[in-house]
Amino acid sequence: MKRTVILGALTAAGFAAGAASAATLDDVKARGTLNCGVATGVPGFAAPDSSGEWAGFDVAVCRAVAAATLGDPSAVEFVPTTGKTRFTALASGEVDMLARNTTWTFSRDVDLKFEFVGVNYYDGQGFMVPKELGVSSAKELDGATVCIQTGTTTELNLADYFRVNGMSYEPVPIETNAEAQQQYLAGACDVYTTDASGLAATRATFEVPTDHAILPEIISKEPLGPLVRHGDNEWGDIVRWTLNALIAAEEYGVTSANIDEMLGGTDNPEINRLLGTEGNLGEMFGLESDWAVHAIKVGGNYGEIFARHIGEDTPIGLARGLNAQYRDGGILYAPPFR
Amino acid sequence: MTDLSYVRTEMLPERDPPISTSGVIGWIRANLFDGISNSVLTIASLAFIYWVLSHFIPWFWSPTWNGSSLGNCREMIGAAGKEGGACWGVINERWPQILFGFYPEELRWRPILAFVLMFVALIPILFNMISRRWNWFLLALVLFAAVSFVGSGVIAVLVQIVLAVTMAYVGWQIVTTKGADRADQIKAGAKRLPNPLLFSAAFVFIMPWLLWGGTIWTPLAAAFGFGVGWGAFRLVSPKFGDLAGLILGVVTTFVWWLVLTGPVASGLNGVLPVGLEPVQSRNFGGLLLSVTIGVVAISVSLPLGIVLALGRQSDLMLVKWMSVGFIEFIRGVPLITLLFVASFLLNVFMPPGTNFDIILRVIIMATLFSAAYIAEVVRGGLAALPKGQYEAADALGLDYWKAQRLIIMPQALKISIPGIVSTFIGLFKDTTLVSIIGLLDPIGLSNSIRADTAWNGVVWELYGFIAFLFFILTFSMSRYSMYLERRLRTDHR
Repeated sequence: MKRTVILGALTAAGFAAGAASAATLDDVKARGTLNCGVATGVPGFAAPDSSGEWAGFDVAVCRAVAAATLGDPSAVEFVPTTGKTRFTALASGEVDMLARNTTWTFSRDVDLKFEFVGVNYYDGQGFMVPKELGVSSAKELDGATVCIQTGTTTELNLADYFRVNGMSYEPVPIETNAEAQQQYLAGACDVYTTDASGLAATRATFEVPTDHAILPEIISKEPLGPLVRHGDNEWGDIVRWTLNALIAAEEYGVTSANIDEMLGGTDNPEINRLLGTEGNLGEMFGLESDWAVHAIKVGGNYGEIFARHIGEDTPIGLARGLNAQYRDGGILYAPPFR
Repeated sequence: MTDLSYVRTEMLPERDPPISTSGVIGWIRANLFDGISNSVLTIASLAFIYWVLSHFIPWFWSPTWNGSSLGNCREMIGAAGKEGGACWGVINERWPQILFGFYPEELRWRPILAFVLMFVALIPILFNMISRRWNWFLLALVLFAAVSFVGSGVIAVLVQIVLAVTMAYVGWQIVTTKGADRADQIKAGAKRLPNPLLFSAAFVFIMPWLLWGGTIWTPLAAAFGFGVGWGAFRLVSPKFGDLAGLILGVVTTFVWWLVLTGPVASGLNGVLPVGLEPVQSRNFGGLLLSVTIGVVAISVSLPLGIVLALGRQSDLMLVKWMSVGFIEFIRGVPLITLLFVASFLLNVFMPPGTNFDIILRVIIMATLFSAAYIAEVVRGGLAALPKGQYEAADALGLDYWKAQRLIIMPQALKISIPGIVSTFIGLFKDTTLVSIIGLLDPIGLSNSIRADTAWNGVVWELYGFIAFLFFILTFSMSRYSMYLERRLRTDHR
């Protein structure tokens, strides 16, 4: 009897959880901080520095959203999540949004009841091999031993790729990227496979990076993007259009350097609407008219953020590739601000 | 008769033992080269030790303490003309983070003070070798150091003066009155200093306040909960018996804590706001997190485990089956599962906005886990006692609690010391499992540190440093248990 009462109370609480999570924006404003789920550490994407300040490409999205909603890029509580805890943290309301190298897939979007608001990095799975093996294409990897992180989409992609190409492989299951580096360097596997951005970051740490080659084949699509819960479309809109504002700012040439100048008014009405000097876009989703200005001022536009955290001048050294604006041969294409 | 004698009449002078059986050489012969197989083993072991050290020491002895990144370290190692070596720059830059996590830098004196005070609080419990006067002197000294370090302004000076006077007075007494004279004085009815265990009890409430901050009324109100429970016990037990009083006392205490402590504390804080700057649990990390979880879980799980062990042996059917059920359930489940429950299930079940602290959840799970094991270890001690001890206690006319307190438990716990301490060491090391649910303990932080592009690829240095920190703590625990066994040994071996 007692137990059923407790279970009943818990169930009721659970329903209350579903019902009460409607207005995330109000919660965030009342709290004064944005709870943003990030990775516990992915080079270039999310890492704390020695004084505990989080920085990185994913972290920049959190800060932009905090700036857009609260006007303060430091009003963010970063909640480190692992691959296992990230979805529960978001579903339970512990975090308001997740910006954590999460691949947008059908089942995560539909079955887990999340809403991917866009893509901030188009990644794909690649292979790294020592040059001394003389392999120049992933098609030549028949019979190779492969270091592979367990429990990720990369494991499934690998199996699919080798099956489609009629090849066999021997998996060496590993848990973390650090372990993978050690195993690969120790020669426990011929090939290391993970997202291409991760391969680049890993290779950059080797004593002689040029001894290792990243093969040209990219065997999967890994669109990584921020996500929010189902059931609060207004909040989803805010995160989506903050990301779009960063991308659009690059397209229109709005940078952290010239934004103050542009606030004085420009000839381009699209820029004016984006920066809130014309129209009432901010008002439509309950924010100040200069929400995008705050977001862009934090770390600049998408291109600036990219260059600072993972671009070619950083140790990670990623080229823009697919992540260039559509005019420059990439697939970044922000819908119009109108 | 000839003057022949077959018996020596004078003693031969003593001679040194042969050099091969005495001194260093003798020891080496007896212990290392005693026979062919032992000699072979010795040489093989020496070769192995040499092999390990010849790899380890050049790696360890690396001029990279000021390295700013892994690449920078490699340049330094190259410049020193070495093949390879450790990159200690990462430890130099990140050791405060590994110790304190994200705890605000200007507030780090608080965990340090809590840690030092913990020893002051533990001394009267763990060791019986220092006197009351020394204990209070030590406390005043620690507080004096803390106030001089962080305090400023008139109040700090006043507090310093009070502490200095206390120290001078107690110190003067210690110096002038010898221990034996003091014992005579006490026998003659001299006033003693209060029992330092009072501070140990208060520390239970001081520690969370120092670590988490907030208003001082919360720990005071929480401490008052014990008073409430005691009052209820005194009120009820004369009329309805001890058991009813005990149950009601526990229930009222919990009701006070869960329902009334918050409002009372915030109300009092409204009247007289005194407190420390609050620190979010999320900012706890590194060794601070491990030690916090470990210390709280250890100190709560021991009494809980003893109660469970007694409950398992109880004649009351309900108590017995509840204890057995709890112990067997918890022992049948891996700790990591309990941590997942703490992290996921509770999160989903609780209404949003209820901020049930994640560290508190983890501490509760670790405590329950360890209590179940302690219960079984203590039960082993209870089982090892001859039945005569129980019967003797009964024959003396002691009631259940007195028999337990005076006769059974002192012996059973003494037998269980090695098992208890092993469980605690295991628990302390298991705290690193929290990295799997996204809390940044030292292991979790090592991953975050590697995510800094400067240190990506640094593995052994971080793990080695963390292992060193854990070794210091677990080794001290193990040495303490051996000390305790020696101290409590009553047989004549």
